Amino acid sequence: MGSQPNRPLSPHLQIYRWSPQMAISIFHRATGFVLATAGMMTLLWWLSAIGGGTESFATFQKYVVSAGDGATGWQTASNWFFRLLALAVTYSFFQHLFSGLRHLVLDMGAGYELAASRNWALAAFIAAIFATALMALLVASRVLGV
Amino acid sequence: MGDGTGIGKVRGLGSAKHGGEHWIKQRTTAVSNLLLTVWLLISLILMPNFDQGTLAMWLAQPIVAVPMILLLVSIFWHVRLGLQVFIEDYVHDDALKFGAITLLNFYVIAGAVFGIFTIAKLAFTGSPA
Repeated sequence: MGSQPNRPLSPHLQIYRWSPQMAISIFHRATGFVLATAGMMTLLWWLSAIGGGTESFATFQKYVVSAGDGATGWQTASNWFFRLLALAVTYSFFQHLFSGLRHLVLDMGAGYELAASRNWALAAFIAAIFATALMALLVASRVLGV
Repeated sequence: MGDGTGIGKVRGLGSAKHGGEHWIKQRTTAVSNLLLTVWLLISLILMPNFDQGTLAMWLAQPIVAVPMILLLVSIFWHVRLGLQVFIEDYVHDDALKFGAITLLNFYVIAGAVFGIFTIAKLAFTGSPA
């Protein structure tokens, strides 16, 4: 319609008092954005590196995973950038997964009581942090050989 | 049906019949994402090693290539729906919003087609040396 340009918008984040319920909502968005961009682009790079043969996989390995003993400063920096990115994507994955499951339960009309909604929001945060830590330990021991 | 105000023009016409479509598709792709990413996660945990040869042999099998293609379709579809809402909520200028949605469409279609082509090529013609 466009005839009422100054209609009120819903208030932004800084208006609300922080609580597990509102935090998990904005975290669902933020982690979804991380997965949609960094997560999917890295997945596509990984798939095309596998499909591209040993040489293209070695390039992926060198910049993303580890450049080995002869690493230049630039490659080491790149490795650490992607390790931090991988940690962010892993956390985003589990956070989005658990808060997504919470959404599916809410969509069925369950879990809206004050205590229940607060507890399940907290549980999703805790589960995401534990799952991320577990994955990080697994990757550190198996892939990076730490 | 009147022809005065905006509401007057549409009053009495009934719903467009796809009000719930976006919402339902977002939930449907959420469930398929859940199944497919859990499959991928378990597959990665069970992988004996992460050499190119091992991964290429694994990915070229129909039993892996098909769910991986489904995973790309499901996730990029979910990305399309989710980031659409993200843009609609935060980009208020009509021209910018139109541009952002267009870029989003380009991104998800290009990403999905690129990934599907990569997997299909590997499955059909094998890994290059």
